[in-house]
Amino acid sequence: MSGPAVLPDPASEGARRYPRHWRRPPLISDGRLRWAIYAGVLLYLVVGIGAVEVNWGRLSEGWERGLRFLGGFVEPDFISRWDDIRAGLIESLTMTLTATVVGVLISIPVGIGAARNIAPSPVYLACRALIALSRSLQEIIVAILFVAMVGFGPLAGFLTLAFATIGFLAKLLAEDIEDIDAAQVEAIRATGAGWWQVLDYGIRSQVTPRLIGLSLYRLDINFRESAVIGIVGAGGVGATLNTALDRYEYDSAAAILILIIAIVLVTEYVSGWVRARVQ
Amino acid sequence: MAIRQTPDGPIWRKRTTPQSLALWFGWLLLVLLFVLAWEAMTRNQIWAFVWDAPEQAADLFGRMVPPRWSYMDQLWVPLWDTINIATLGTLLAIVLAVPVAFLAARNTTPSPLLVRPIAIFIIVGSRSVNALIWALLLVAILGPGLLAGIIAIALRSIGFIGKLLYEAIEEIDPRQVEAIRATGAGPAQVLDFGIVPQIMPAFAGITLFRWDINIRESTVLGLVGAGGIGLQLKSSVDSLAWPQVTLIFIAILATVILSEWVSARVRAALI
Repeated sequence: MSGPAVLPDPASEGARRYPRHWRRPPLISDGRLRWAIYAGVLLYLVVGIGAVEVNWGRLSEGWERGLRFLGGFVEPDFISRWDDIRAGLIESLTMTLTATVVGVLISIPVGIGAARNIAPSPVYLACRALIALSRSLQEIIVAILFVAMVGFGPLAGFLTLAFATIGFLAKLLAEDIEDIDAAQVEAIRATGAGWWQVLDYGIRSQVTPRLIGLSLYRLDINFRESAVIGIVGAGGVGATLNTALDRYEYDSAAAILILIIAIVLVTEYVSGWVRARVQ
Repeated sequence: MAIRQTPDGPIWRKRTTPQSLALWFGWLLLVLLFVLAWEAMTRNQIWAFVWDAPEQAADLFGRMVPPRWSYMDQLWVPLWDTINIATLGTLLAIVLAVPVAFLAARNTTPSPLLVRPIAIFIIVGSRSVNALIWALLLVAILGPGLLAGIIAIALRSIGFIGKLLYEAIEEIDPRQVEAIRATGAGPAQVLDFGIVPQIMPAFAGITLFRWDINIRESTVLGLVGAGGIGLQLKSSVDSLAWPQVTLIFIAILATVILSEWVSARVRAALI
């Protein structure tokens, strides 16, 4: 931290007044720019908050509903809609597992193709384009398109999650392959190994632990997402939750939310434990 | 590592026999689980819908292009709303998450046994529920509109900002705090001069990162009625107005790219 503090010079003591207090230097040193930014932020806040229309009548009505919803958390109702909840959860879990497995199987070749150090240029560009496409489209938007193509149900969700997995996993796998120790690959190649053998003995052994960790992490993410894409008709517990809220059954909705949070916590804990052991 | 003795001499193997058996069994279990899950998932699937999916996709694509450019006139206000939801939601999240982070960090929490678990619980609870689900709840409680979207974004962001910030607080250099304390500073001054300057870069980075994510998430919040461009998306999808849907996708993509560019510029300027 450098402030405008100056060591007192005894000769000129009294002639000049030195600052008695140290002051923290401002984040933006140019004073005019600083005030312009402050004014801009203030203006934005006024305009932005002004654009939010708050219907106080509706809000006070909602207050009572909010309390009922909180009451639902105290006394969640697992029983009266249990068949729907169970069906939704099974759909979500099966969707998560199949989408992760298929997504990982597809991401491995795509990831290898997207690694600059082993893939030829046209393959590299094609794989990178696929990854960019998958990453820039949100799950829920992809789900809308897949529902329009294959109809309502968990298959649309499966396709959505598998597609999203490719963008995530292939990108990280490709970056991992680009970061490997080249000396090991060189050593395998020096034994006279072909392309496949180099891939198997030189690269696979270096990236496998991280690939397993990332796949488990993605399993985790896919479950969270599977609880959401049901809202647009792609199957899973999200649809059940949406229905429960539409019927104002807050106690059932609270039960679903508690189950989602519990499963997320369990998967997060288990995948964290496995990742710590593998890596 | 294991060596197997054969009549022709020892052969090097990576795993002992029990290890490779266990591994093989694990893979078998995974395949079994996959097949069972696939069966359960597709039990009610009507495959006729799937087999004509390529035709459906071609048909959909044919209807989606060209985008209806004139619809853009009606998109500027929803886009502005979307940016407002993300920005105001992030600001609200900062206000709520910073105290939670200080209560959750081991070195600043007032009570590791009583307060810290509550703060950690808030962070975990917020993180495990997606913004869209928060929005679904809030729309049911508050009614549709921007406010539900802003609060949904804020509730989801508390966990994210809180978790990363409390990890940053736990990693600070204790010597600087010690030095400030040695000057006779009170607890508030230690916080202000000893801890805050150390976490500011991390804080700025985390906030910008979350703002970026929030822009993406706020584009779809309207699907459940929480305001922004998602409302237009929902009404266009529901009325099968696919040329409008294409334009909305383009608008969302442009907004996301713009927000990424802005956050990259601000990050480069600040950190």
